[in-house]
Amino acid sequence: MLDVQSLIKAVEKADSAQGLLDAVEDLAAVKSAAAIPTLVKVLGFNNPGAAVAAVEGLVNIGEPAVPYILDNLDDYNYGARAWSIRALAGIGDPMALDLLLRAVNGDFSQSVRRAAARGLGNILWHKLPPQEVLSKQQIVLEALLLATEDGEWVVRYAAIVGLQGLYVSLQGSHRLVESVLGSVPKAIENIEAQRLRPAGENFEHLTAQILHKLQNLQVSDVEISVRARALWALKNLINEKG
Amino acid sequence: MEIETSAPEQLTVEKAIANLTQKEDLGLRYYAAWWLGKFRVKESQAIDALLIALEDEEDRAPDGGYPLRRNAARALGKLGDLRAVEPLIKCLDFPDFYVREAAAQALESLGDKRSIPALIKLLDGGVEAAVGVPGKPHLVQPYEAIIEALGTLGATEATALIEPFTQHSIAKVQYAAARAMYQLTGADIYGQHLIKALEGDDLQLRRSALMDLGAVGYIKAGEAIANTLAENSMKLISLKGLLEKSLQGQAEGDLTETNCQLMDLMDSLL
Repeated sequence: MLDVQSLIKAVEKADSAQGLLDAVEDLAAVKSAAAIPTLVKVLGFNNPGAAVAAVEGLVNIGEPAVPYILDNLDDYNYGARAWSIRALAGIGDPMALDLLLRAVNGDFSQSVRRAAARGLGNILWHKLPPQEVLSKQQIVLEALLLATEDGEWVVRYAAIVGLQGLYVSLQGSHRLVESVLGSVPKAIENIEAQRLRPAGENFEHLTAQILHKLQNLQVSDVEISVRARALWALKNLINEKG
Repeated sequence: MEIETSAPEQLTVEKAIANLTQKEDLGLRYYAAWWLGKFRVKESQAIDALLIALEDEEDRAPDGGYPLRRNAARALGKLGDLRAVEPLIKCLDFPDFYVREAAAQALESLGDKRSIPALIKLLDGGVEAAVGVPGKPHLVQPYEAIIEALGTLGATEATALIEPFTQHSIAKVQYAAARAMYQLTGADIYGQHLIKALEGDDLQLRRSALMDLGAVGYIKAGEAIANTLAENSMKLISLKGLLEKSLQGQAEGDLTETNCQLMDLMDSLL
């Protein structure tokens, strides 16, 4: 077992761009929660190579890193903030949902908007209380639909990836609902099933909106690459269904 | 490097054309020429005003250069009006290096083969003549722009002249030549030359190779692009170039395995 403390020291002592990159990669590889503060600090170093490695390390650590990243968002260092949002997008913890929703339609940087769009398709919905899931999914859907009209092709592309991810998680939630509803006859439905029934009906509404938008983009986007990505999303979703 | 679009300035098309046509305020003219290109103002009056600006004698930089002509040439490259081709060809003989460079780039964008002979002429003397100008940060000719233009214009008659530039001592000139040679011959060796550049130590050169690979759509470079050390924004633009190339000639509605592999790489960089 590698000693995390000595790997952290190596990051702090690195005196060249390449040295820092190597040290961060080594630290990221151990996936230790003890590395979180150091990896977050690296996001502010203005060293893209090291930042990519640090983001990857934080994503691999996952949920335990989220509160620390949220508490240490650097309002005065734009680069660091952008990297933090990339890490949160990669992890997909719903704690970051509000931040991602603000970023996807409102951030001035296309690289933040695209990361947030991808992240919104990657939310770990099972971490939310079940009664909140559907309303939040609806909000995410609206934000992603808006992002498919972004002026930057890469944000529209990422929004399609996000919509594809959301569609897949909607199906997951739907299967869950179906299994609960399927087990009880309607006449003697329990409270849980009564609460879930509207969710089941709403599912069709949300997924239909996604398919409709993808079909639209597949023919109407000005960029052939964006049209191709929409087509690929549709093909993936149809396979998923079948 | 982030690629952002700044908020539109408080100019209108009429105002920009008026600013470009007046003679009192050189700063306003300079800015108007840039603005018309930036916002793709294709009105005939805008082209007329830019063509006049291309012959300007008033606006002179301390180094003897012609800032307004440079901006006018760049703008005309963006506006796609072929009336600009002959005047831009004339600019290739102009004493200001940066006017020649802007003209070569503009002629590349306009895509008109009439400019090929004049571009070829600037390669006179070959690699031996392609040396630096004492005291200036540039070579005697804008070789990168010239060679890239010849590649894009499909100037196969220039192949033998361009080939030696793949060995030029300046890396960016080498890449321009490799890029053009790939466009002109489709030979793998030139695409591989650019892939090799992605492994170099200099970030600027890696970025430059990314743009070149994207521009020619060298499909085999996908993995190398995704793995090079550079900003994801630039890698995505480069991969988009590959994806567009791989989609060419396919019926819309079809996807090949190559298309999907490239999109997979792009997804991973979002």
